[in-house]
Amino acid sequence: MIRRSWFSALLAAALSLALAFLALPVVAIFTDTSPGTLIARLSDPVATDALQLSVETTAIAVAVIVLVGTPAAYALSARAFRGRATLITVLELPLVLPPAVAGLGLLAALGPEGVLGGVLGDLHIQLVLQTAGVVVALTFVSAPFYLRQAQASFEGIDRSLVQASRTLGAGEAATFLRVAVPVALPGLLAGLALSWGRALGEFGATLMFAGSFRGITQTAPLAIYDQFATDLPAALALAAVLVIISGALLLTVKLVAPREAGLAGAVR
Amino acid sequence: MKPASPGLCAELGHSVGTIRLDVGLEVPAGRCLALAGPSGAGKTTILRLLAGIARPQRGRITIGEQVWLDTERGVFMAPELRRCGYVFQDYALFPHLTAWRNVAYGLRRLGRRQRHARALELLERFSMSDLADARPATLSGGEQQRVALARALAPEPSALLLDEPLSALDARGRASAGRELSAILAGLEVPALIVTHDFTEAALLGDEVGVIDGGRIIQRGSASQLAAAPASAFVADFTGAVVITGTARARNGDLTVVALDGGGEVATTDRGDGPVALSVYPWEITLRPPPAAADESAQNRLLARVVSVTVLGNRVRVGLAAGQPLVAEVTGKAAEELRLAEGVEVVAVFKATATRLVAL
Repeated sequence: MIRRSWFSALLAAALSLALAFLALPVVAIFTDTSPGTLIARLSDPVATDALQLSVETTAIAVAVIVLVGTPAAYALSARAFRGRATLITVLELPLVLPPAVAGLGLLAALGPEGVLGGVLGDLHIQLVLQTAGVVVALTFVSAPFYLRQAQASFEGIDRSLVQASRTLGAGEAATFLRVAVPVALPGLLAGLALSWGRALGEFGATLMFAGSFRGITQTAPLAIYDQFATDLPAALALAAVLVIISGALLLTVKLVAPREAGLAGAVR
Repeated sequence: MKPASPGLCAELGHSVGTIRLDVGLEVPAGRCLALAGPSGAGKTTILRLLAGIARPQRGRITIGEQVWLDTERGVFMAPELRRCGYVFQDYALFPHLTAWRNVAYGLRRLGRRQRHARALELLERFSMSDLADARPATLSGGEQQRVALARALAPEPSALLLDEPLSALDARGRASAGRELSAILAGLEVPALIVTHDFTEAALLGDEVGVIDGGRIIQRGSASQLAAAPASAFVADFTGAVVITGTARARNGDLTVVALDGGGEVATTDRGDGPVALSVYPWEITLRPPPAAADESAQNRLLARVVSVTVLGNRVRVGLAAGQPLVAEVTGKAAEELRLAEGVEVVAVFKATATRLVAL
């Protein structure tokens, strides 16, 4: 009896500590500065430019990820081939790569002096220090979140559904569109929300690969870093907006994700 | 009269895990072959190979003039072109689609309105039109099965394949679903193939039954033939109980009296009313020389003629004609004493307590 009560107290204390530590910074963003100041600071052109750029670049990145990632994840789940496990590991590598390393890698691959630099130069495509470069960095960093979740969702589909579709006259492509994607949809949406959240918060790789130029490559996280030395309320205002958007994305994941797959991807 | 549909012919050789599948089968149009065997016998694999959702290492499948598979010539027709109606064991209804959209799935060639009309017409035939807008998850097992059948039949398949069609249902739903299914199979104009682990189910649904074990079809024939003259002890044991049908119409004290289709009366300790099926294990039936002496009141007696005598080691299977086919299993000594041979008249005796009743 006594033992159980001290253990219960320990558990409660640990939980309270975790909650306080993890929630406090988020709450502080909203309480440190008055709501009026926060809203006023949001009309600052630096903030609006950064937010607009963030929304645009992350939307493009996520669209690319979904368009390419969905069939790619389906291939990983539905086809057995040699080296599949290795391939999956390579695709997941950006999950654990330090952002600075990711940025360097992108420079080494796609920069003017990079592996593909010559080819891109011939095609008059410039990525470094350009908005397109931001999209590339965001895609690189957040694609694995979607790929993982989408692959798990496709693997969760009962094989007999796919087979039933085939015997009913639907080819592989029709089966993918009419059965696999709709059945996996909750998981795909969860993956989309996760990768979007990751893209919104991207900092290091973008800074290294695309730089931080207002209106061109300065996304909201970069603007926060830029502002916080000079104008803390403005930085806090931007931070508050990001917290709200991230919270909304997390809520989406919780609501649409199949219970078990849930946050598997988020906890990498 | 529609032009006759082609029959299905297959020779399949395939190894999966420890099972080496090696079967040849032909099913004429309008007939139903039921393959019965224990789990792990390779039954589902046969259906998958026929439907084209798996490729055999070696084999040839034809339906009429059409070649679906010929590994020697490198022919493999995709499942969507074979168009086998396939009813999966777990029904595999699309969870994101309503019942009618499930049925309409295979009707892409029709226009929107026709598709809806045809799906509803099929659901109507299965008394499911009220549930046309229901999602599969909200349907009972029996309802799901009917939607799955309607879906498989909707595109007018070239053949119908059913994987354990009744096993996912509870005992009560099974009897009525079995009746419905045999009526549908009787009206079918294409070849049908059922696999099941339950010999009784196979006997009920198949025009012909093949017993399959270890990847091979051991014996084929009518259910009563297999029970009466099994090719091996395995088939004899697998065929299990003899099933006879009749109408329960009177009670005699604690017993239910059933008038058998084809003549004769049998009593059972089970309760029932109306059309019923009775099952008795062959080893519960003893044979006596006629006439039947009414010595014990609880015993059933049926006058029968011996149609086959099959020796299986130390036991003898005796096929009997008694209005409906019966099977008895006796010792070699008893067979000798009765001088059992084709044409000999005997009396089949079994206890009312050994007679199980299933409502139909």
